[in-house]
Formats: sequence, C-alpha cells, structure tokens
Amino acid sequence: MRWGVVIFPGSNCDRDCLAVLQGVLGHEAIAIWHDERVLPTVDAVVLPGGFSYGDYLRSGAIAAFSPVMAEVARAARNGLPVLGICNGFQILCEAGLLPGALLTNADGLFHCHPARLRVESSCCLFTRGYASGEVVRIPIAHGQGRYYADPSTLDRLERSGSILFRYCDARGEPTPESNPNGSLANIAGISNEEGNVVGLMPHPERACEPLLASTDGLRLFLSVGSLPSGAESGTAYVRSAAG
Amino acid sequence: MAMIRARVSILPKRTVFDPQGETVRHALVHFGLAAVERVRVGKEIELEIPGDGDPAAIRARLEAIARDFLSNPVVEEFELHIEGLP
Repeated sequence: MRWGVVIFPGSNCDRDCLAVLQGVLGHEAIAIWHDERVLPTVDAVVLPGGFSYGDYLRSGAIAAFSPVMAEVARAARNGLPVLGICNGFQILCEAGLLPGALLTNADGLFHCHPARLRVESSCCLFTRGYASGEVVRIPIAHGQGRYYADPSTLDRLERSGSILFRYCDARGEPTPESNPNGSLANIAGISNEEGNVVGLMPHPERACEPLLASTDGLRLFLSVGSLPSGAESGTAYVRSAAG
Repeated sequence: MAMIRARVSILPKRTVFDPQGETVRHALVHFGLAAVERVRVGKEIELEIPGDGDPAAIRARLEAIARDFLSNPVVEEFELHIEGLP
C-alpha cells in the first residue's frame, strides 16, 4: 500500500498523516508537493488539514486550483481513493469532487476538542472497518466546518448513502447540542456517489495511538489499506488515468 | 492602452446563515441601531486588465472568473461591475 500526502502552502497536518501511515501502519507513504504536474504512482491520496494559502478567498478555494489537483481530480474520476481531512475536505468541495461547501461555524468560534461521531454507512471504501451506527471519538479542530448543501443535494446525499459520519451525543443521537458547528443534518463527513472520494472535518490521524486518547481513526486508513488487491487496483487507477 | 477595471462584489446568499453578519448586527444594537434587521458581510475584489480585445469576450472572461473562482455559487452570490469597457 503506497499513499501520497499532498502538501499545500499552509498545510499543517501532513506530517501527522505521514507519521500514522508510515509509523503506525507501516505503509509506504510519500509527500507530494502541490506544484507537481504529474501524480506519482500511489494507491491512495490524502489531502491533509491545515490552512492552505492562509484560507484566503475561501477555505480551500486557492488550493483547489493547485497544479496537482487537476491530476488528483483526474485520478479520482478513475477510481483512485482520495481522503480529504478538514482543510482537505474544504479543498475537495471547492474542487467540485464533493458536493456542498463548508462555512464559518454557526457560533463563530474555532472548535478544538474531541467529537463523537455516528458512523452512518460502513459500505464506503474508507468506512468498511466500522459498523453502521457505531459511535466513535475523533477530534475536531476548525473554524469553518459548517457543512452546507442545497436541499436537493442533501436529499441526494441521504438517498445514496453518501453521508458517512454525523456529530452525535453519547447515545448516538445526532442532536443539535452535539453539533459543534451548525452543520446541516449534523454532517461531519461525506463521500461521492462512487465512494472513492471522502471528506470529513474531524481528524482521524489524531486518533490513531493510545497515547492520544483514541484509536478510532485508525480504521479509516486501515479500511483502504487492508484491501486484498488494493495496491494493484489503486495503482491501475492512476496508470489508466495517466494513459 | 486603456485599462479596464472590474469590481466583483460577493455576498453570502440570503438562504445561508452568515455568523459574521449576525455578529455585526448585534454590535449595531450596542451602537444604537437596533432597527437593523439583517446584515450580510461579503467582500469586494478589484481586477485591472488591459482593455484590448473583443469587449464581449472580455466580459465573458470576467464573468467566468467571478462565477467559477472568486465566488462559490453553492453559498455566495456576486455582482460584476466593469468600468472602461466599450
């Protein structure tokens, strides 16, 4: 399994992701600079958290036009697994690889604390290590994480099972009180309809070691990494995209 | 060569909650303007480009820039003002 972690100017969780992928999972993982015109051969791509381009214009708006993103988009359309975490989620929405947008938290505050999430679907490539309805704890750290989509898009997300995680309380109920940022329908993470592009505001890479109080994020990476033929198929996606 | 100056005014859509606008509205109450019912805070971007070329093509290009890059149609609306275009 070979991962590529894209680094944009202002990314600040790229090393955390590399540390988990290499140090905790023992996978191969390389850093990819945003200015690359060719995507190296990888089985999956992570767009890490941070504040790319200082959040100028809109969070993720400028990174979405980075040279490497055209290649990531092309490979994603050919089935390459792509995971956007926090700012990476914002970039995927701005790039049109995921529907909707992420807005300033409803209360105007930056939220940095553990969050409870209910796994809504375990059918996705990235969530099949979880059980549907399971409650996990993964930290959030964002000022602009309020998911918004127009009613027809939201309806499509619900019907296609593309909502992967919702903020919830200890009983697994997605209550208004457990919604830290005012996200529509308590949405914390979604996928595209094909299930290979996933974005979420919480930081799974910060919940992969017992020392960090939760290891619930680990299965997100393992779900992809444990693919029996993952390496081959992922590599094939990139090769066919380049060809 | 004459320059064309374009201004793109961007506001959050009325259907989207704007916490910054709401915070400003609250402050306006302290300022003594309790009658203000709604505030939306956006941004204005000014572009200067050389004025040579087909005016219709320049306008179309500026509209594409405003729609596809400077604003996000999911949550924002924009107005494009162009000065100096024949």
